[in-house]
Amino acid sequence: MSEHMKLYEVFIRSRRGLDHKHVGSLHAEDPAQALEYARDVYTRRSEGVSIWVVNSSDIVASQEGDCESFYDPLDDKPYRHATHYQLPDEVNNM
Amino acid sequence: MTKEHTEQSPAEVEQRFQTRIDAEEKIEPKDWMPEKYRQNLIRQISQHAHSEVIGMQPEGNWITRAPSLHRKCILLAKVQDEGGHGLYLYSAAETLGASREEMVEALHAGRAKYASIFNYPALTWADIGAIGWLVDGAAIVNQVSLQRTSYGPYARGMVRICKEESFHQRQGYHIMMTLAGGTEEQKAMAQDSLNRFWWPSLMMFGPHDAESAHSAQSMKWKIKRQSNDELRQKFVDQTVKQAEVIGLTVPDPDLKWNEERGHYDFGEIDWEEFNRVIAGDGLCNRQRLAHHVTAHEEGQWVRDAITAYEDKKRQRADRRAA
Repeated sequence: MSEHMKLYEVFIRSRRGLDHKHVGSLHAEDPAQALEYARDVYTRRSEGVSIWVVNSSDIVASQEGDCESFYDPLDDKPYRHATHYQLPDEVNNM
Repeated sequence: MTKEHTEQSPAEVEQRFQTRIDAEEKIEPKDWMPEKYRQNLIRQISQHAHSEVIGMQPEGNWITRAPSLHRKCILLAKVQDEGGHGLYLYSAAETLGASREEMVEALHAGRAKYASIFNYPALTWADIGAIGWLVDGAAIVNQVSLQRTSYGPYARGMVRICKEESFHQRQGYHIMMTLAGGTEEQKAMAQDSLNRFWWPSLMMFGPHDAESAHSAQSMKWKIKRQSNDELRQKFVDQTVKQAEVIGLTVPDPDLKWNEERGHYDFGEIDWEEFNRVIAGDGLCNRQRLAHHVTAHEEGQWVRDAITAYEDKKRQRADRRAA
């Protein structure tokens, strides 16, 4: 089946105001069909109000194994965090 | 969704939209929305984005002059964040159909504004402290409120920005605290900076509610969630104590705790100055805009190079396929 049907990634917005979240994938002939399949497979219990389907081959992903070189040198910047700054107790909720 | 709309009159569609807003539901990019809601949002979000980007200038100017390597690193990281915040906001505006080119053009042509505070110069190192403490502090008060704005992508952008913004205010306050606890000269520098930035920070919240051009409709559509005066009061209430803790004096003889109201009373803003700066005649308006135009023009070769490289890769791929 996967030889002739494309793989789609499915994203669902569970409620207005929230981001679409990845829930899984499925095979379909075209985007319209993928949307209908996604509805049937992933939202049978009112899991969402909006579905995105995206060709899996269109997703460009970084790999966790590359973290060290890909994110370097972000880890040695503790001053990017609010907790880095020691303030008096009276104003520490800033 | 299309079907139900064709069966409804325009008034009914608009009513449905307002009902959704009244029920605290978010509006998402593909929903029907009144054209004025869309335009109002594009105006507000793009001006917010411009403020983030223009705001990089007064601080960027101090990166090489920060008093230690550590302070340089911090300031660099902060200015980098501001650029990132501009990006989040431009992207949110783009979900409404505005293009990046249109928005930048509107800024350069003077049709789109940015926060008037950035038309004040950062003259001393203490100003970098005051900007983080007061300017970012005021921006946070506004942005915390906007996390509940009715347009989904804008609200989500605000959540992200607020999370990052806390470090900005704390590093600014830390600079002020350090100077205020230093030599007499350093303390004077901190006080002078507070004197210059206090009133312009209060102006950041805009005109009084009664005189605010876009307020009533924006509140009805819940684009704005709290009025200019409410937000300004909130900022004053939380900032006075912060000044006291480090021994600095807020430059307002009328500032007084009002037991009955449970808030500070404070003096009147110089609205003539406010209007003059908004109209383009502040200390740095011309310089800020000219710098943005120059940076944009001088960056053209980078954008051209990216396009040229993409073309080359495509041609190579085509040749291989042939």
